[in-house]
Amino acid sequence: MGLSRDQMAIRVARELQDGYYVNLGIGIPTLVANHVPEGMEVMLQSENGLLGMGPFPTEENVDADLINAGKQTVTTATGASIFSSAESFAMIRGGHVDLTVLGAFEVDAHGNIASWMIPGKLIKGMGGAMDLVAGADNIIVTMTHADKYGNSKLLPECSLPLTGAGCIKQVLTDLAYLEIRDGKFHLVERAPGISVEEIVEKTAGELVVPDNVPEMQF
Amino acid sequence: MAGFDKVVNTYEEAMAGLEDDMTLIAGGFGICGIPENLIAQIKTMGTKGLTIVSNNCGIDGFGLGVLLEDRQIKKMISSYVGENKLFEEQLLAGDLEVELTPQGTLAEKMRAAGAGIPAFYTATGYGTDIAEGKDVREFDGRKYILEESIKADFAIVKAWKADRYGNAIYRHTAQNFNPMAATAGKITVMEVEEIVEPGELDPTQIHTPGIYVDRLIQGTFEKRIEIRTVREG
Repeated sequence: MGLSRDQMAIRVARELQDGYYVNLGIGIPTLVANHVPEGMEVMLQSENGLLGMGPFPTEENVDADLINAGKQTVTTATGASIFSSAESFAMIRGGHVDLTVLGAFEVDAHGNIASWMIPGKLIKGMGGAMDLVAGADNIIVTMTHADKYGNSKLLPECSLPLTGAGCIKQVLTDLAYLEIRDGKFHLVERAPGISVEEIVEKTAGELVVPDNVPEMQF
Repeated sequence: MAGFDKVVNTYEEAMAGLEDDMTLIAGGFGICGIPENLIAQIKTMGTKGLTIVSNNCGIDGFGLGVLLEDRQIKKMISSYVGENKLFEEQLLAGDLEVELTPQGTLAEKMRAAGAGIPAFYTATGYGTDIAEGKDVREFDGRKYILEESIKADFAIVKAWKADRYGNAIYRHTAQNFNPMAATAGKITVMEVEEIVEPGELDPTQIHTPGIYVDRLIQGTFEKRIEIRTVREG
């Protein structure tokens, strides 16, 4: 058994630093907000124009004019600011957001990411994903290591249409934490109880395995 | 109307001059901050063949989604679509064209158009399918693609309050694409919840200066919520 969704969020949350501005995608990335270490302040950016996203509102505080990028009703945190979409993407594309966490279908050894479209299925659009991966320097991709048939999602080359080229340097899967550089995946940590052999077997792209691969602690 | 007074009294006047096959930019994100009454007026007018530039296409029965009902939309330029069944049906049947554009690029296309900038380079989308056929240039060792700005015959926007001169303030995240949309229309029509006299709004707090606004109308809004998410209070 690899990491649970919550454990993945906990592991990502260890990369947070006090004073970080962070954009979290939908799914597992959203859960990271629940695991901000005690005493640390981070501000969540929502690309529809909100910096300093608070929790969901109580029933009596629901406001149709206050939503997040997933179109859910939200609240503002203390010290929040609200601005236009152009301003929002200026801070994303200008590299001002400290950490971006998002999901993907595939990542390859060149740092390419495919996350928005599966040919043959209905295409809904990329939303802000192409802007986020192109604009951020510090991105963590969270996804399962392999699909439900056991096929690796860490590939020599992405097979699906790209969201961004050469922009991913860190991937957290349910099995491992990996870095991408020089056209290779580098194994950094493994999930508790997961062997290096299993990770090697489920990584289709070239993988560099150091002598010592520490196990994540929870 | 006299001087800088932009106020019109009916939705017919507000949308007068919109014709078949025109391009229209609409503010809003999802169905938050959308010019819902101006959209309803376009439905009433029955204008056809429209190219609509907006982040999304509303939902079934609300927002831009209502313009699908009588097939008034020829083409959507959006970052995320398909929250509505009708949209999917018309797309799959080939009755509707879609040009998917990254959200930040879409916002910048409107902003640039309003600022008199015909095109700009961005890293967003480089190396992806959307870069196909677009000029690529390298700056400081990084590759960028050339994206053209989008002007429209009409821009329709929703603000919270405006004075009669069209100086406007948005409320919370209902701001979204509205300020850029307001700058990018040959004719910009703004609808608001409240019109006040010039001088009543603090000039420091204005989001959209009245220079961008051609027609201003006060309406009442349903403000439907797409995804109501609450926590236990």
